[in-house]
Order: sequence, then structure tokens, then C-alpha cells
Amino acid sequence: MTATQTSPRVLMEGSEALARAAIVAGCRFFAGYPMTPFTEVLEHFAKLLPDAGGVCINAESELEAVGMTWGALSTGARAATGSTGQGLSLMQESFSEITLAELPLVVFNMARGQQDYYQATRGGGHGDYRHIVLAPQDVTEGVELVQLAFHLADKWRNPSLVYGDYLIAHTQEALSIEPISFPDLPAKDWAVDGTLSGSGESRAVTPLGVSKFGQRALGQEGKAQYIATKLPLMEREVRVETGFVDDAETIVVAFGSPAKFVKYAINQLRAAGHRIGYIRPITLWPFPYETITDAAKGARVRRIGSFELSAGQMIDDVRIGAAGQVPVQFIGGVSTDHSGFGVGRILDVDVIRERLLALHEDRALPVIPGYEVNSYTLEPHQAEATR
Amino acid sequence: MTTTTPPPGPVLDTAHAPSVAARMVEAKKPDLLLTQEHHMCPGCGEPVAIRQFLETITQLDAVERAIGVAGIGCYTSFSGTMDVDLVQALHGRAPSVATGVKRMLPDALVFTLQGDGDMVNEGLQEVIHTAARGENVTCILLNNGVFGETGGHMTATTVLGQRTKNSIDGRDAEYHGYPILIGDLIAQLQGAAYVARGSVHNAGSVARTQKMFKRAFESQLAGEGFSFVEVLTMCPTGWFIPTAEGPDYMTETLGEVHIMGELKVDGKVHTTDELHAQNVQKQREVEEALAQGGLEKDHQRPI
Repeated sequence: MTATQTSPRVLMEGSEALARAAIVAGCRFFAGYPMTPFTEVLEHFAKLLPDAGGVCINAESELEAVGMTWGALSTGARAATGSTGQGLSLMQESFSEITLAELPLVVFNMARGQQDYYQATRGGGHGDYRHIVLAPQDVTEGVELVQLAFHLADKWRNPSLVYGDYLIAHTQEALSIEPISFPDLPAKDWAVDGTLSGSGESRAVTPLGVSKFGQRALGQEGKAQYIATKLPLMEREVRVETGFVDDAETIVVAFGSPAKFVKYAINQLRAAGHRIGYIRPITLWPFPYETITDAAKGARVRRIGSFELSAGQMIDDVRIGAAGQVPVQFIGGVSTDHSGFGVGRILDVDVIRERLLALHEDRALPVIPGYEVNSYTLEPHQAEATR
Repeated sequence: MTTTTPPPGPVLDTAHAPSVAARMVEAKKPDLLLTQEHHMCPGCGEPVAIRQFLETITQLDAVERAIGVAGIGCYTSFSGTMDVDLVQALHGRAPSVATGVKRMLPDALVFTLQGDGDMVNEGLQEVIHTAARGENVTCILLNNGVFGETGGHMTATTVLGQRTKNSIDGRDAEYHGYPILIGDLIAQLQGAAYVARGSVHNAGSVARTQKMFKRAFESQLAGEGFSFVEVLTMCPTGWFIPTAEGPDYMTETLGEVHIMGELKVDGKVHTTDELHAQNVQKQREVEEALAQGGLEKDHQRPI
């Protein structure tokens, strides 16, 4: 993947940069429903797409947003929808079935924190499906990964999701939107345009495993089996960044914009002589299990930490990767601003550095002042497990 | 217990070939069906309605720009047998999918095929918003007042007193609420250009419904905005009645509440009362014409 030209950098908010990157990638349809901190992404698509020959619809609900996008995708257009994790919860039925329909959907999650990891990587929908999940650490990387998301979605005829957050949506960075050239992809001969109606060769874009009369139909069971064999093949798209892993005693796994904070803190700790390294999954699915498995085999490695702004979701994958070779400890936590939309107190280099050091020195995690009052207290009737 | 021998049936003379060649069912198949076979129950009205709009697409010479979006119901099995480029939507979601298709392909003739459970229960907001946006698509509703595919359960269009598996003593307004007259509702929306409710319970209604499809598609092709054709269809299985009683049951129950006629033409909304008066008047004219010995002139009348 290579940028084909360079132009002067401009200061641009993340939401606009991601929308522009999508349009550069050929996106010509977007439908969404406003929701903080995703709203500005929708605003920029609404502003930019008409001039690019595209359409942006302010859908009446998230359900309709994903439905409209489904329709646009069925015509072969590059198309996307998005929301926060809350809005994406509403779209989950479509996410499941759109995967069975093999439509190259691109989804933007401008998440409220990192509590949508399960939703993004496991999904809240039914059945066996996976979305390729790309988690940029900043706006500049987001501009690349958005374009990659469209390419991978078409390459595999499988949805891909760009996992952003409040910071990526709202931070301004100096950047230029360069179109990236990817390998050629096959023509979308499966797309409907009406021209084959009445020919006896009309097409059906469907999740149901049915086909037009006379054509081979997989059936529901066959379609599910077909998708099941496709999923492992997509795992070759795994992307990961590592740093200071070779001689590390402590390895921290982090993704998205918090990973950039973690990397900064680790650079400081390295300068102070602490052997700490990091692994940053760029694809959350497929997850870089092998990278973690290999790192856990390192002669000096004693522990792996999972830093994420949730109650601990990615840690499941970190544990699978570590495969019991070294202990895996959770060093993140739920952290947003009071509204639940924005940046919380753990996303602070000083706080993160203290947590990394505590992990590294096998000490208890520092308490975040003010957070302890929100802890759940065990009720007497809950003390014993029911047998 | 004694058994009786059934009376002998008519005896066919098979000693020589018939004087008129047999007509295969295939010969009566609309051009836009890949097979004459279907999986609907005997007495179902859906295949008749589907035939009407498929023939209309052919008559309008709009075949090679036709794209269907199917909902989920009994009629979904036609998504594989209609020779039309097709997108299969989720239950209730066809109008938004059709919106995406149409916005990318403005010259296509885009229609949805939905049932009352799909459109009026699960996806009510979809069709309402699509109509309100004046989305230039045609939504087709096959309304039989029950979830036929699940075996006869109450939908939002089930009329008061109608027995279903979950309104076993008849739909009771106090307990189950009132039916939604979706065509009437949509006609009120500014974005709706053409709204009509037909049926397929007899030959006259079939012909009348086909004209509604024609006007709806013509409206779309002229870019006038949202068009909507609701077709009352028989579901003897889901109504728990003998097959042959379907048409009469339909006119006496659904047909008395979901009044047939053109609910909106050229921006003018016609109320249920107006349509009912029109239908009564038309019925009187037909009876008078019959009394005078013929209906030929009636065939030339617009609907």
C-alpha cells in the first residue's frame, strides 16, 4: 500500500480527515444518525459527498442507516455507515446478515472509550461472523486505515470496521489526504443494476443462501459453512506494531489512541532504563495472537499487561495469545469524562506511566482518586455462591 | 363401521388424442418468472399479486431497469424465482435498502415486496420515513392481516374480531389494540405521490390492482416521489378457513376495514369514507349494467 502523491499538509480535524479519506477511497454513499462523538463524521460526509458525486443521507435511525448502506452496497458502490458503539448496537442484526450477504460494508465506530471491543471483534449479532477491525492510533494513521478498510472489505467481500474514538474524531492533526493505491480487485459482477432482469440470468444479493431458480443454492446450512471456511482465510490480514519487545521483561498490549499514550510512556520508561515493550494490534480482528505468543516466549519476559479503557475485554485475546506462558494482568480501566462521551482520567501519560511501572515492579495498581467511590459493594446475600 | 365406495368419477375417453392440444401451466407463466412453481398454499393471494406487478413491469418496458428488494415472509420464496435483479433485505428493512439502491441508480425501477408483518409491524418506521422523504421507489404491500409464514398470527393490520393464533377469540380492541390502515396513513404524507389499495379476490379486483401497479410504476419512472400499492391477499391457511372461502372472507373482514381504491392520486387524498362511497356506487353501476345485459362498456372505464 503506497501513497501516490504528496500535497502540502493542512491542519484538519479527525472527523473531516476520515470522511475525506473515505471519499478518496471511492466511497460514494454514507448514511448515519447523529451521536456524540460520531456526529462530526456524519456532518463532513453530508458536506463533502454531494460534490464528489455521492449521496449522504441523514437516516431516521441507525437501523435505516445500515439498511440504506446495504442497498447502496448491493449496486456495487463503495458505501459506509457509522455511529458510536451505542448506535452500532442497533445495527447488529444487519451486521450479521450483511456479512452472510458478502457485502463490502465499511463501518465507522467513533466509540465512547474502548468498551466496544467485544462488540467490534465478537459482534452483538447472531451467527458466525467476523468483521475486519482496524484501530488507528491517531488521525494520520486513520487516513490510511480508512482507505485500507474499503480495500479489504472489497477484497474479502466482508465488512470492515474502523475503530476510532472521541480523540480521533476531534483531534486536529497536520496531514494530507493521499490516495493509496492497492492491488486491483475483481469487477463486482455480483452487484445488481437491473440490466440482467428478464434475461434468465438475473442476480440476487442475499444473506439467505438461496439463489435464483436453476442456479446452485448453498442453502442456509451451506451458506453458514461457506462463511465459516472463509473466516480463517481472512486472518492473514493481521496487522500489528511492536516496540522494545526483544529484551522486554514486561510487555504491554494496547490499541487505538490510548496505545499512542502507552508508547509515549514506555519511551519515557525506557529512557529511565526499564525493560518494557509494547504490542499494538492494528487489526483487532484478526488479532495478532502469534505476535503475543512469540513475545511471551522471550527469555526475559515475566508478565504481559493489557491496557484498555474498559473493564477488560481485549485481555481475553491477550490471554489466548500468551497461552499461559506468562501471567497476563489487566492494567486499564473504565474511564471517560462525566458525560460518558469523552476522555477520562486514566488516559493521561502520567497516570499510564505509574500503571506501567506498577505492573513492571509487581506492585498493586495505583488507585485513581475519585474512582474508588464507584466500586460495587458485595451485598450480604451475594457473599456465598448459590449451589 | 362400514365403508362406502365413492361414486365413479367422470370417465375420460383416452382411446384417441384430444382434439385441442393441452396447455401447459408454463404457457401461462409471466415472462419475469423463472418457473411456474411456487411454495404458496392453495388459495393464497400472493402469487396473483406478484403476477400482476411482474406483468406490469413487462408492459411498461421497464424490465432491464427493474430491481426488487424483498422483505421476509411467504412471498420471499419468489426472490429466487422472479427473473429480476434482487436484493434480499431483513424483515421490515426493505424500504431503507431500496432507498440505498435508488440513490445509487436513479434510473432503475426499484420496488419492495413486503407483507403486513414485515412492513407494518417490524418495519413501520421504514416505510413511513421512506414515503415522507418522497423517496422515488415503489413499496408493494401484500396485506393478508396475518403472519402467514409463522402459521397465522396477529399483525398490525389484523382487523377487529379476526381470529389469529394469538387473538384466538378474535382481535379485541381493548386487549390487542386497533389495526393500522397503512395505506391511509401513507397517503397523508407529503412525499407520497401515489397510494392505492387493491385486492386479488376476484377477476375485477385483479384487473383493477394491475392498473394500480401501472400507475405506481409510471409515477416512479416520472420521478414524482414515493408510490405505494397495498394488495389485500387471501390467506385461507392463516385465517383457518376452507380454501374456497378465502375471497368471501377477505371482502367481509379485511376488505370492510382496509377499503380498496386509490388513496392518493395527483396529490389529492381520498379518505376511506370517500372510497367506500365510490365502491358502493361502482357496485351499483355494475349491478345495473348486469341487469341491462352486459358489462362490456365497463371494461373500458378507468379504475
